[in-house]
Amino acid sequence: MQSLKSQILEILSEDCRTPLERIAVMTGSDLTQVAEAVEELERDRVILQYSPIINWDRTDKERVEALIEVKVTPQRDMGFDSIAGRIYRFDEVKSVFLMSGSYDLMVLVEARTLKELALFVSEKLSPLESVTGTSTSFVLKRYKQDGVIFVGETTDKRMVVSP
Amino acid sequence: MSNRFVNPAVAQVPPSGIRRFFDIAGTMKDAISLGVGEPDFVTPYHIRSAAIDSILDGETQYTPNRGLLSLRQEIARYLSDRFQVSYDPEQEIMVTVGASEAIDLALRACLRPGDEVIVPDPGYVSYAPCVTFAGGVPVAVPTKAEDEFRITPEEIEQAVTPKTRAIIFPYPNNPTGAVMNKAQMQAIAQAAEKHDLLVISDEIYAELTYTDDEDEQKIAFSALPGMKERTVLINGFSKAFAMTGWRLGYACAPKEILYEMNKIHQYAIMCAPRQGQVAGLQALKKNRENGYEDVVTMRRSYDRRRRVMLDAFRKMGLSCFEPRGAFYCFPSIRSTGLTSEEFCTRLLKEHRVVCVPGDAFGKSGAGHIRCCYATDMNRMLEAFKRMEQFIQSL
Ligand SMILES: Cc1ncc(COP(=O)(O)O)c(C=O)c1O
Repeated sequence: MQSLKSQILEILSEDCRTPLERIAVMTGSDLTQVAEAVEELERDRVILQYSPIINWDRTDKERVEALIEVKVTPQRDMGFDSIAGRIYRFDEVKSVFLMSGSYDLMVLVEARTLKELALFVSEKLSPLESVTGTSTSFVLKRYKQDGVIFVGETTDKRMVVSP
Repeated sequence: MSNRFVNPAVAQVPPSGIRRFFDIAGTMKDAISLGVGEPDFVTPYHIRSAAIDSILDGETQYTPNRGLLSLRQEIARYLSDRFQVSYDPEQEIMVTVGASEAIDLALRACLRPGDEVIVPDPGYVSYAPCVTFAGGVPVAVPTKAEDEFRITPEEIEQAVTPKTRAIIFPYPNNPTGAVMNKAQMQAIAQAAEKHDLLVISDEIYAELTYTDDEDEQKIAFSALPGMKERTVLINGFSKAFAMTGWRLGYACAPKEILYEMNKIHQYAIMCAPRQGQVAGLQALKKNRENGYEDVVTMRRSYDRRRRVMLDAFRKMGLSCFEPRGAFYCFPSIRSTGLTSEEFCTRLLKEHRVVCVPGDAFGKSGAGHIRCCYATDMNRMLEAFKRMEQFIQSL
């Protein structure tokens, strides 16, 4: 049997607007049980935020994104955490991951224009003491993100009635 | 007119009752359909991909009549792992064009003219016509909501005549969602033994059961003591692996029966499409290795939607037995005062929701409608809103 919490996480990861009442029906549990479990998941910071996946390309918002590979010198006692903290505090930075392989941090940055983004790298990121090198790649097209496919239409290909 | 060339025995069988709804719905723009009988998942990508590779590798030839041996071997392992029954891949398993073909073969290979076949009613639309086409006589045995749409030994007892040759055992059931547990199956087995009946066990929905009762449908009918020699097990990939369009099923039976079934298949069909077989092999192999991940994921998703649908119908005031298999609810609409046909036609025309009238699945389905919860959650919720409006408008 799957635990209630893991069922809740599965349901919310598909649609975070699913009302608690419906989750209770879907899992065959009491509403209070579900409410408590969700509260705990939030308190334990398992669920951090409920946010939609937006295809910004279909809006009129001007926006560019880049993936930046960053090489850093880790600091004594702190490893990479301290420099990662310096980086993730910038508002422009959307995600930061510590990576295995030929560089150390993968930084996802968002800005309004190419120029703004380039300036962020040259004026804010590169000058940080422990940063020894960066390599920036711009995102040209988004095909799929967080399990959601952005391109094309997904139509139901079934016949309306079948035996 | 060329009617004179047509065999009256075929002509007198009516076409499937669901066709009409298909035609009306086809003319509507934003109809929501709860009338489908197939998964809303696309075949998992690794399965599709295996078939693509096989095409690119030039695997475009016939396969053996009974299907690729590797696939039959994998089916044998699957049935013994999941349903506690063992079959010899060389002599007791054949791959068919869907479970549909397997049903037809079993009937054609076994029925003599005039043999009677017990067919639980309501039931899948093709059983009775296939019995007729095979020269047999279908004998509908009503199942009831009070019995959770299970067939009982008493009902079999009443229906049996000296001409009764076989019984179709269709659980988990389309359209009712009924399932049978081991004890109930054993009672049917006894009746089959007593009257020396062949059992055609359609287990196409066997993976889709939603129950905490471990015994329920975790066992093939032929796994019951003494049943293997009188059972044709029918299964396929359509429902469990979301592979309806591939047309891939199989039959397992004692070698004497399978030999005759294969003869018809050999002459009439030759073999199931190769790419379907390659895809089916991938489906079984990968899922055996990863703990049936595809099946588990889809089943969980159906189960959640099943609960939501059941809850919605009960809130609308429709009495609905809790289905614990397949992906259908079968609520009674008697309280509305309409027949199933009227209910479905008006619901479609006035509120653009497609459901299938229960009597399309046999007389005993009257007063019910079949609704499929393999439907996108948001569309399903919208359909419930429309149905509620409709019921309140009556
Ligand atoms: C009970 C039952 N048996 C058999 C079939 C046929 O399945 P297949 O796609 O394998 O021919 C269906 C399909 O709807 C079904 O519901």
